[in-house]
Amino acid sequence: MVRISEGSGSMSEFKRDRKDYHMVGKCVPKKDSNQLLLGKPVFMDDIVPQDCLVVKLLRSPHAHALVEEVKTVAAAKVPGIEAIYTWKDVPKERFCIAGQTYPEPSPYDRLILDQRVRCVGDPVAIVAGENEKAVDKALRLIKVKYQVLEPVLDFRKALDSEVLVHPEENWKSYGNTGDVKRNLLHHEEDTHGDVEQILSECDEVIEHSWRIKAAQQGYMETIRAYCEIDRYGRLHCISSTQIVFHVRRIIANALGIPKSMVRAEKPRIGGGFGAKQTAVCEVYPAFVTWMTKKPCKLIYSRKECQTIASPRHEMEVTVRLGAMKDGHIRAIDLYTLSNTGAYGEHGTTTVGLSGHKALPLYTGGCEATRFSCDVVYTNVQAAGAYRGYGATQGIFALESAVNELAEKLHMDPVEIRMKNIVREGMFMPAYFGETANACALDRCIEHCADNFHWKEKYPVRDMGNGKVRAAGMALAMQGSCISNVDVGSCTLKLGDGGTYNMMIGAADMGTGCDTILAQMAAEVLDCDVDQISVFGADTDASPYDSGSYASSTTYVTGMATQNAALQLRENIKKIGAGMLECEPEEVDFDGEKVYLTDGEKSVSLVDIATKSQVNNTIPVDVTATYSSPVSPPPYMVGMVEIELDKETGSIEILDYQAVIDCGIPVNPNLARVQAEGGIGQGIGMALYENVTYNAQGKIAENSFMQYKIPTRLDMGRINVEFETSYEPSGPFGVKSIGEIVINTPAPALAHAIYRATGVWHRTVPFTPEKILMSMLDPQWKEIDRRVKES
Amino acid sequence: MEVTITLNGKKITDSVDADMVLLDFCRKHKCFSVKRGCETGNCGLCSVLLDGKPVLSCSVPIGRASGRKVDTLEGLQEEAKKFSDFFAAQGADQCGFCNPGYIVNIVALLRENPDPTDEEILEYLSGNLCRCTGYQSQLRSLRNYLNSKKEAAPLDLEAEVYGADIGREWKHE
Repeated sequence: MVRISEGSGSMSEFKRDRKDYHMVGKCVPKKDSNQLLLGKPVFMDDIVPQDCLVVKLLRSPHAHALVEEVKTVAAAKVPGIEAIYTWKDVPKERFCIAGQTYPEPSPYDRLILDQRVRCVGDPVAIVAGENEKAVDKALRLIKVKYQVLEPVLDFRKALDSEVLVHPEENWKSYGNTGDVKRNLLHHEEDTHGDVEQILSECDEVIEHSWRIKAAQQGYMETIRAYCEIDRYGRLHCISSTQIVFHVRRIIANALGIPKSMVRAEKPRIGGGFGAKQTAVCEVYPAFVTWMTKKPCKLIYSRKECQTIASPRHEMEVTVRLGAMKDGHIRAIDLYTLSNTGAYGEHGTTTVGLSGHKALPLYTGGCEATRFSCDVVYTNVQAAGAYRGYGATQGIFALESAVNELAEKLHMDPVEIRMKNIVREGMFMPAYFGETANACALDRCIEHCADNFHWKEKYPVRDMGNGKVRAAGMALAMQGSCISNVDVGSCTLKLGDGGTYNMMIGAADMGTGCDTILAQMAAEVLDCDVDQISVFGADTDASPYDSGSYASSTTYVTGMATQNAALQLRENIKKIGAGMLECEPEEVDFDGEKVYLTDGEKSVSLVDIATKSQVNNTIPVDVTATYSSPVSPPPYMVGMVEIELDKETGSIEILDYQAVIDCGIPVNPNLARVQAEGGIGQGIGMALYENVTYNAQGKIAENSFMQYKIPTRLDMGRINVEFETSYEPSGPFGVKSIGEIVINTPAPALAHAIYRATGVWHRTVPFTPEKILMSMLDPQWKEIDRRVKES
Repeated sequence: MEVTITLNGKKITDSVDADMVLLDFCRKHKCFSVKRGCETGNCGLCSVLLDGKPVLSCSVPIGRASGRKVDTLEGLQEEAKKFSDFFAAQGADQCGFCNPGYIVNIVALLRENPDPTDEEILEYLSGNLCRCTGYQSQLRSLRNYLNSKKEAAPLDLEAEVYGADIGREWKHE
């Protein structure tokens, strides 16, 4: 039974002791699992017409150039070629492809095709043809004359460089926070207390810079979109995207057509991790279809995904951490230099997380914090959103600094954290002045140390065969949504037969949000999750949702789902009461029937559903919408044990233990897989996945041959467990899980490598070459190939 | 050129370009489970059985498959169904884009070796990349399936959840 109390306004409140939850907290399979595991056609390229036009892009070999002439005559004569477009053919209004709520913090700095190319791979021409072969041939026949310009490739030299990445006059930004004429996209400062004064009073100040590279998400389904003109003459885009509603706006802006003329839809999508929170490719096929009125598809190659998509922002984070001899951390100064690349997608926002979602971890006794940052344009691949979204970079630096402090003070890293961490009920000045209403970080650390056997494994052990075993640890936090911005909605509908439909605009990208939202609805409607069919996401059919990013779906769309279910429950009771000829206050609903609370009479849900379609004015489809004023952080701890070969520098991961506080896990198995997957990606970023450029700004790691994402032999054993906390503002006490999980491997592994070798590594990835060279020569430095040696 | 291939038990004769690879042939003939995740033979998503042996269909020129038997996941549904529920129970499917490749390889593994060790599983499937799961759930799923056939063998069915105010362990009845 659900006790419903009237809250403020008309909204009812869900009150059930969590021990009595029957659906939330249960491990049910994903709604699409059968289709996915048996290989059914559910992805974009499986469901679109196989004879649609094929679209490909001709890309610049130069990092910075002006396109002087594009000769397309020979290419256009290739049999089967439908159209070729150059910068002269496209609209001249700049737009933004970052999937963010309008007005986007990201700048309007793109054209579909621009005369100025700003990085290797920037598109120069769009070619559409009947088949791939014809298009490939046409691409080879297009002759382009470039005026090659000097690029700015090193993000440390971009600010006030003579080379200007965006000199154009029609560059536009809502709420400009930088100075584009200095290559500065964004600058920000957030200070609490007198950092300099307190640092000067500290016994120890750790100061270093840490660097995370422009790592790729490595989603298995490459970037892709299909477009057609629908039965009403509108542009219908089926895209592998996390953000259908933003895609609709972006396409309309890029094409200069009314938003009403665009419909965006996502089928199942083969992984996103943030990459598909940017409309990387949609505008190109949309332009082709709008011009030709013919269906077409654009499927990026892996090479394109590796070199011209939307990777993590390369950041250099400088931390000054001040502490007393007893390990009390008193002040932290954190400065981030972020490289947004050729365009500004997510540039102004990712950087903020490097401070705001790292510093609050040490709210404990910290008296002063300062976060400042600069985000610069350069002539390399534009960055985007990648799981962790800046927090990953900040946490790598801060957690490494805390580990360095512990080692310097000869203190146990667990102990130093227990002295300084944020705890439940604490006010967090560095976290937008929010309070940690649900925080089990202390329990997570104790639990993880216990699982890991920290006391036994922390001391370095020489195995006597040239190998040593060592351990490292790190904490992490994230947020749950963008507060006061993200909107989540859910429509629930009772259908005949007494089953429900659920329509959402959030995007399940394999994470299982379709399923966990259905679990939430089933919790309130007291039914089985199988009674709810889920549909998402389509701008024509789904209620508005910002999309699945910023760890917001479970928390924000979850609350909308809970509220929709509560409203539907009330309406079901009203219809039932009418059929029982009594007042709604006299009845209750148990999922199967509406019954008189003191009496024998009842009416079944099936009969209520039937009645809802006959002479009925009480709606049985309801939509609820939610937005949150806060973004409660989830917390976690990761501990890793490695075996390091001192002769080769190679590392084997023996054990990775993590304990996470994500509030109440809605589906513990799915939450666990999120965590294991995120830790896996984090391990990849920390140990293998490198991004290097040659002097011309070309990326070397342009395929899975060079960009080594971990295989199942590289992972070791990962064990994930949960400590619950109850977030009062979340539905059923939930927070988030999606992003936080990628944040611990880099600092934990750097820590373990230091323990084994005595050398701190402050730039990812920690390859065997680097580990070995640094053991042989502590002064050894990785050569950054972009920086021409003078 | 003309090729004849027995695709999932059905003999297909087709006129194709000589530079076609088996992957595109399978998709052309509506076997959409066969996916392309890279261009370099690294991801394993396009795995199919060629005369019963797992191959990367992106790296098989169509001429080499001519006259031979090709099985994709479409033709291996019953064998896959035997263990796929164990993967669903773990949430190991995730985005699903890499599933067909490793499911086909598991079918091949279990035909060769019906009771593999964890090490044998990891080695056999090491060419199948997955970015969502970190692989742990896939190993758990297969281990659960194999153990479910043995008496008293342990199963790992649910993640561990603990809470301060609800006792050491919070589990549904």
